Amino acid sequence: MSEEIKFKIDGKEIIAKKGQTIVEAAKDNGVYIPTLCNFEGVKPKGSCRICSVKVNNRFMTSCTTPAAPGMEVYNNTTEISDLRKSIIELLFVSGNHFCPACEKSGNCELQGLAYKYQMMVPRFPYSFKKHGVIATGPKLLKEQDRCILCQRCMKTIKDESGKRYYAFHNRGTKLEVVMDEEMSKTIPDELARQAMKNCPVGSIIYKEIGFAEPIGTRKFDKQSIGSEIETN
Amino acid sequence: MKEKIESILNKYNNDPSRLMDILLDIMENSGYVDEFSISVIAESLNISVAQVKETISFYHFFSEKPRAKYNIFLNNSITSCLRGFKEVKEAFETEAGTSFGNLTEDGLIGLYETSCIGMNDQGPAAIINDKIFTNLTPYRARKIINDIKAGKKLEELVYENHGDGNNAHPLMNTMVYNHIRKKSILLDENYEKFDVIKNELKNISPQELIQTIEDSNLRGRGGAGFPTGLKWKFGSRMPGEHRVIICNADEGEPGTFKDRVMLTQFNDLVFEGMVLAAYATKADIGVLYLRYEYKYMLNYLNSVLDNMRKENLLGEDISGIEGFKFDIRIQLGAGAYVCGEESALIESMEGKRGEPRDKPPFPVEKGYMDYPTIVNNVETLASAVKIAKNGAKWYNSFGTKDSLGTKLLSVSGDCRFPGIYEVEWGTSIREVLEMAGAHNVQAVQVGGPSGTLVNVKDIDNLSKTELMKWYKPSGMMTAQTAFDRKLSYSDLPTGGSIIIFNKDRDILREVVMNFMDFFIEESCGSCSTCRNLPRIMKEKLEKIINGHGVRDDIDDLLNWGKIIKLSRCGLGQTAANPILSSILNFRHLYEDHVMAMTDYDNQFDIVKSVSPANSFVGRKFIHNHS
Amino acid sequence: MSKKIIATTSLAGCFGCHMSILDIDERILDLIELVEFNKSPVDDIKTFTKQVDIGIIEGGCCNSENVEVLKSFRDNCDILISLGECAIMGGLPAMRNGIPIEECIHEAYINGPTVKLNEEKILPNDAELPMLLDNVYPCHEIVKIDYFLPGCPPRADLIWDALVALITGNEMDLPYEVVKFD
Repeated sequence: MSEEIKFKIDGKEIIAKKGQTIVEAAKDNGVYIPTLCNFEGVKPKGSCRICSVKVNNRFMTSCTTPAAPGMEVYNNTTEISDLRKSIIELLFVSGNHFCPACEKSGNCELQGLAYKYQMMVPRFPYSFKKHGVIATGPKLLKEQDRCILCQRCMKTIKDESGKRYYAFHNRGTKLEVVMDEEMSKTIPDELARQAMKNCPVGSIIYKEIGFAEPIGTRKFDKQSIGSEIETN
Repeated sequence: MKEKIESILNKYNNDPSRLMDILLDIMENSGYVDEFSISVIAESLNISVAQVKETISFYHFFSEKPRAKYNIFLNNSITSCLRGFKEVKEAFETEAGTSFGNLTEDGLIGLYETSCIGMNDQGPAAIINDKIFTNLTPYRARKIINDIKAGKKLEELVYENHGDGNNAHPLMNTMVYNHIRKKSILLDENYEKFDVIKNELKNISPQELIQTIEDSNLRGRGGAGFPTGLKWKFGSRMPGEHRVIICNADEGEPGTFKDRVMLTQFNDLVFEGMVLAAYATKADIGVLYLRYEYKYMLNYLNSVLDNMRKENLLGEDISGIEGFKFDIRIQLGAGAYVCGEESALIESMEGKRGEPRDKPPFPVEKGYMDYPTIVNNVETLASAVKIAKNGAKWYNSFGTKDSLGTKLLSVSGDCRFPGIYEVEWGTSIREVLEMAGAHNVQAVQVGGPSGTLVNVKDIDNLSKTELMKWYKPSGMMTAQTAFDRKLSYSDLPTGGSIIIFNKDRDILREVVMNFMDFFIEESCGSCSTCRNLPRIMKEKLEKIINGHGVRDDIDDLLNWGKIIKLSRCGLGQTAANPILSSILNFRHLYEDHVMAMTDYDNQFDIVKSVSPANSFVGRKFIHNHS
Repeated sequence: MSKKIIATTSLAGCFGCHMSILDIDERILDLIELVEFNKSPVDDIKTFTKQVDIGIIEGGCCNSENVEVLKSFRDNCDILISLGECAIMGGLPAMRNGIPIEECIHEAYINGPTVKLNEEKILPNDAELPMLLDNVYPCHEIVKIDYFLPGCPPRADLIWDALVALITGNEMDLPYEVVKFD
């Protein structure tokens, strides 16, 4: 069985298939490592940094780092939990995340992580960004101040020739994800619904439907994010 | 119009990976990339319009909006500020009748700020339509604007003919000076150009060449210090249809300009080094990634490459070595500091945003177009030539035990003789200051904004206790005084940027704020940490400087500095260094600003806060019971 | 043990958080055993009559009066709690942040679709009226806040648990279900 890789996460033995990243191997072994920008089936980019773990005393993003034999990975330490919490807080203050008025509330992964790490108040000052809403297309709107720039839509929502519906614009603090104006006019219904689904937050919204699920039955109302992965 | 764009697209075979060059050509042709061109490009390359704009909007020197006939990019780096940036800026604005970031109404003049352009030894400097204007004063700024308004041509705006050495070459003809102040083994002019390719290469095997470089202990001179021989060895062993040698000439770390001088005066060594690297690793593709700011050298450097091809130093069967095939093209950047990071540079070369890649895989495994790629700094490649000629043992006779050979320093700031100094590793800060004629020194920034702000006073005890637990520029503990700290990989590693500040400078207000602005401007924005934290930390620093800080604010800055270390690339990880390094070495400046008697302050000012509403309804007070 | 003294107020809020305080149901009888209310809409005491142990703030600051009240709470209370999203991050009122104040006032008094009776286009400016701030501020950006209880409104169980923990000095239990932002 040379295809099998053994390593450890927080002392627990993990058996990985060759070519798996740390995050994938962890999942298969019942260990949850939080992710935001990572999306199954597409090349990871390691941009949200939430899945950072410590390997050989160095921080690595577990969504991009291949599992290697004998690795000692630290995932659930006070230090790492606080760093992850601080990233969640950074994303909250750098946008405009007013949960009670958001269609995605209860199903939002950023919110789910804030619940998991018990964010009571961000340690950073709020920026109250105002990039506004792009609602020109017939099917979708994009709430720019809820976007966490995870690139999931950029990586997954493409037409049959591979053209991307979503792209970055600008850089640094001015960076935004925008939708191609022309392409947005003709996006197929199924793809539009997929776009909303793939967005971890409430930035991509399928028009005319919202707040359909009552409070209490939504994904993260009762169950902590990642609890379906954790075995013990 | 459409034909012109299509001819440009055809020139690059409608290849999306050449998007940078396509956009550069369109910029050159029409001054900006308009909606129509964008749609033609998108259609021809089979990508979406948004994707084309994604690349355009990333780079400082690309524009989707019309630019002026004369575009003045004034450098706002710290050394420029020390030498009158503000006054020059005001002179440009007053005379042109518009503010920075805008065009004049007639579209004649556009004013823009730009990050370090590698002219720290002769700033403030500006790039006007790709031509460099150095040593600007308010007088010269006014003169330039008046000359433009009077209808003079670009060449006629120049107030000095040309600088020294190759700066005077007809293909370059720039007023830039080399300012070489100290020469050692690398800048020694007594050598025969391309001697190693012509006479030595046929006598040694690629393995022997790699071994020599390994034995010389040459390490990457861009700043990171990775062993060059090892990089070549890894690259040579990677399987791949092609292998690529990239020379990284995107020096963007504020305060460094050594690559400018190397490419002006010793470009033969740089290109020869690339050929040696290609020979050692069996690479066939060579690219010099030249930062846009150095576009004034482009024609000249291309002429050097043409001559090399004529002499069979590039091309097929180079120098008569059968099967040795290698050529070099020059890829221009378009204004992005982060592209100095090797994987971001490769992304940029592939026509994309210059976003650093996740590692592994490293470029030597999968680099440009997924081929094994070796990225070396300009100085590293030139040094390799000297080593190949004179041997590893010779090279090992210079420097110190852990840092062998010499290093080019770009010295600027408050000193009499800014310029390039080639020193042996192990030279102390004190010696550098003496060489450069610096007096009354308060601080020295070693390694640019991402490096260390060295306090020339004794390191106080405070820094050795609590702070050292997590923030450790290597060797900090060993030096008796900061003044005697040595430039070396074990004490003060550096890409060579040395900026000197005298005692009249306000370290926090002038220096640290300028550096933080730089990192905020130059972040690619991909990582949540580097995109957001420098802005937040700078605002906290402003709060402290404005007298609203409390002791907790200093601790917050230190703690938040840990978060940014999670960023993907070196730029992100070091983007808080100006603050962290100044707290470490100038903590008293922070302590002086914060209020000792209170543990809470928020800068909230009720009078200021109600003033927009008050002035709108015409009220002069807050409300009746207050 | 002497009773702890509590004060509450609603700044730029909707009183939903106060409703949630009442939502502790029959436990309110236990609460009365533990605490005495001072300045609060619950008992309609308008001004502080003594130093208070725990001040509970609902809502952020959108005008000059909010700031004044918040500061008086800080001066008169040993511990301050930001209760609910508006107190913590400005909440719904903060959706005006980023919009110039002129636009907000115009929309409210002149241009808005529901404005019917203002033909003279009067903008309210009586000396007694508090003035709008340039932004809606979270309470902790005006004064020091000691604890934060999120939710819109915060769950009654969260409020109850927090108060009991503060009064008794015991550690607080934070089950997953009680910390929610909506």
